[in-house]
Order: sequence, then structure tokens, then C-alpha cells
Amino acid sequence: MAEPVIVCKGLSKIYDTLEGGTVRALDRIALEIREGELLAVVGPSGCGKSTLLKIFAGLLPKSEGEVSLRGTPVAGPRRDIGVVFQDAVMLPWRTVLDNAMLPADVQDLDRAAYLPRALALLDLVGLKGFEGKYPFELSGGMQQRVAITRALVHDPAVLLMDEPFGALDAMTREQMNLELQRIWLESRKTVLFITHSIPEAVFLGDRVVVMTPRPGRIAEVIEVGHPRPRSLEIMATPEFGRRTAHIRQLLNAGGAID
Amino acid sequence: MKAAEVLRFITRDPGRAIRLRPEIVLIPLVFVLMVGGWEAVVRGLGVSQLILPAPSSIVFALFQGFSNGLLWHGFLVTLQEIILGYVLAAVSAFLLGALISQVRIVEATFYPYIVAFQTLPKIAIAPILLIWVGFGMASKVVIAALVAFFPILVNTIVGLKSTSPDKIDLMRSLAASRWKIFRLVQLPEALPYIFAGLNVGIVLAVLGAIVGEFVGAKAGLGYLILQMNFDMDISGMFAVLVILGLMGIAFHLLVAGIRRRVIFWQKDNANLP
Repeated sequence: MAEPVIVCKGLSKIYDTLEGGTVRALDRIALEIREGELLAVVGPSGCGKSTLLKIFAGLLPKSEGEVSLRGTPVAGPRRDIGVVFQDAVMLPWRTVLDNAMLPADVQDLDRAAYLPRALALLDLVGLKGFEGKYPFELSGGMQQRVAITRALVHDPAVLLMDEPFGALDAMTREQMNLELQRIWLESRKTVLFITHSIPEAVFLGDRVVVMTPRPGRIAEVIEVGHPRPRSLEIMATPEFGRRTAHIRQLLNAGGAID
Repeated sequence: MKAAEVLRFITRDPGRAIRLRPEIVLIPLVFVLMVGGWEAVVRGLGVSQLILPAPSSIVFALFQGFSNGLLWHGFLVTLQEIILGYVLAAVSAFLLGALISQVRIVEATFYPYIVAFQTLPKIAIAPILLIWVGFGMASKVVIAALVAFFPILVNTIVGLKSTSPDKIDLMRSLAASRWKIFRLVQLPEALPYIFAGLNVGIVLAVLGAIVGEFVGAKAGLGYLILQMNFDMDISGMFAVLVILGLMGIAFHLLVAGIRRRVIFWQKDNANLP
């Protein structure tokens, strides 16, 4: 097996409360993200899954433990990471293409060298012909496709996705799950996908990490054996139902769902 | 709507244009009625020219003032004072605002002073400035700049600090430098606020220049108003007021036009004056 992309050991995040106490948001997390896999993390709100992603992205400092990406410790923001947030976070004064090219402008990369890559990625996410449009001319789902392009354009080691489809309506969301699978199958990027939807995690993930809150812990890591490409119909199979039921049980046992 | 669009809208089908937008007839109609009524009242009741001149006398005074060069010269002097003062205010307020928004310790130290200074009526400093900078154009430029400075400064600071945390997170996730975050996100996000400040600033710059001339000057429209007041030339004073009014409208349209071009992505642009 190839070297893991992200390795974290004994990772904890402790916040100080206003009353002078402390809250453990993450409790001794041990996790490896393998090269080229799509790893889904599922858990209810407050289980620290977004905190985990922000620590991986270098946006938040950790309290204890170790995190490394491709063998070097994560100590702050770095160039070899792409993040997709829940909101598309478009810059409204930039065209679709210029939004996608943002990493090149931020990191002073050679625009001419990255332009063909941005155009190819926009084509891959199904936005060919929209390069010159502005974000306010696009739907929410299309904006999120631009955000995915932007997160991939500088060819990061890992793509971190923080509930990227949480703000979309249910039908667009299913469509985006299919799209993401297709994009992932073509690009073979290592992806960490955070969600609070159990079916979404099982549908997308090679493995699903189940997290329970207070303090945020990993309850179980489940291997999902469904062959690719998966169609939406697999959600109706008994095997899929068993997996989601099992995860729901884990979350219930942890007192995660009130 | 842009002027050219309005014109096309009216000329294509005048009847329909008036039905959909009656104000395109009503606005000029109100003007004609007001000016006509004014003329009729002044002439009909025989109101003294020393109290309220008829519109025709004001037009005559305008014509005369421009043909003998008096109004034209005053206009040029005041225009220069306003533009120089305004540009000085805009540039210095933007630079200081950028510094304050980026460096926390500068903000923490100086913001209380800025708030305190803002409450001071700047016009009251005008006589002192006259002593320091002299009777020439420079003192009026400084007063105009001083009055226009604070709204631009405060709006710049608020605008630069109003960037959504999402966008900052996005930039940080790409390992952006502070300069890149400022240049690529904070500055464009602040533009609507900065333009709101610029819009208030231009009105205040006109005010500052005129009041500065009232306090002491050798030329300019404010100086002319005082001279004409002394000579009981009421029609002339009204002529100057007309010029000041037209100047104010022109400045406002200029700033609004630049704003529309710069902040093209804001949909609510249409609702702005």
C-alpha cells in the first residue's frame, strides 16, 4: 500500500471557555488518509469534524498530537492543500475563470502555465462555456463546481471538503454527489469529505469515519466495498441500508442524536 | 438607467414611455411650474429685487457674470479648491484607513483620537488655518480636505474590516500573504463602503471650500457671495447658488458613475441615486 497522504496521531483540540474551564472538541484522534482514496467523515454537528478539517488545512492550531501531510508536519496554512467550504465563497468581481485561477494569483504561479489546467478542470466539472460569466449569474450548484475547480487548480496533495453540498437542495445535492464521484474517478485526487449526512458518506466514501461528540472521537472506521462507479440506485440496496443503519446505531449509542 | 438608455426608451415610443414612467414628464413639469410660478409671483406682486429676484433676473445675472468673467473666474478658483481638497482627503483617508485596518495596534491606539477629532466641528478650525496657511487658495484646499477626510476615513476602515470570515479563511487556506489578502479580497470588498464615504466627502468638500472662502479669501464663489451681499446684488447671489447647485449635481453624478463602473458586480446598483 502507498504511503498515506495525511497521518494524524493523538490529535486533540482543547478550547478555553469564557467561564475559565476547557472543552475538548477533539479527543486523541488517530487517522490516516491514503493516497488516492475518498475518505468520508460523518458525525452530528458539534462532533469536531470541521475542527479536524481546519487543523488539517492549517487554519487552526492543534492542542496536542501530531499531524503531517506528505511527511512534513502541518504548522500553518500551506500551498499544497485545496479546501472547499460549505459556501462556494466566490469573489463576485471575478469571472468564473478568474475565480478558478485564484490560487495561481495568490501563490504567484505562472498564469500561462495554469490557464490550460483551469480550463480543462472547468470542462471536467461541466462548466465549459461559462468561463466568462460572473458568479451571480450561476446557480448554487454551479458556484460549488467553480469552488471545486479552484481547490484543484494548483494541483494540491489533498482536497479537503467541509460539507460542500450542505447548502444545496436535496436533488442538486444528489446530482453533485454523482458529479464529485465522476470528478474524483477522473482526477484520482486524495479527498477528505466531511458531511453530516450518513447516506452521502456511505455513497461517496471508500471508507467512512464515524465521529461522536463531546468529546469528538472516532467511533469506528468502516470500509465501504461498493464497486465504482456507484449509481444512486445503490442507495436502495439492502447492503447500503445495513451500512447506514449500523452508522446510525453507532451515533445513537454515543448519545450523538438526541 | 444610463442617460443614453433613458433617451432610447423615450424616443422609441413616447406614449408608452410616459404611461410606464410618468415621472419623465412630471419632473420637468414641476420645474417649469415652480420657475413659472416664481416669476409670476415676483412680477405680479411687485416683489422687490432686493428681497427675491425673478428667475429671469437670475438668468440675466448668470449671463452677465459669465460674459464679464467674474463668475467664470470665481467658478474656476472654487472648482480647483474643491478638487484639490477632495483628492487630498480621498488619498490620505484611504492610506490611513488601510494602515489602521491592517495593523491592530495602530487602530487600538489612534481610533479613540479619530472618534474624538471627528466630533469636532472642522469648520471652527478655519480661522486658525487661515493664520497658518494664509489667505490664498491653499487654506481653502486644506479646509475642504479636512471636512471631507473623516467620512472617507471611517468608511474605509469599516469597509476593510467587513470582509466575511469565509473569504479570509479561503485566502488563508491557499497560504495567501497579508498583501494578497488585502489586494485580492479586502480592498474589493471594501469598495462599496469607500464609495459611500466618497459620495458624502464630495458634498462636504464643496461646503468646506465655500465656508473657507467666507472666512477669508481673495477669490472664489464663496468670496463672490460675500461681495454681492455687500453690494446688495441679490440676483448675483442667486446666480452663484445656481452654479453651486449644478456643481454639486455634476460631482455627485461623476462619483456615482465611477462607482457603477468600479463595483459592477453589485446588483443593487440600479437603486442607487
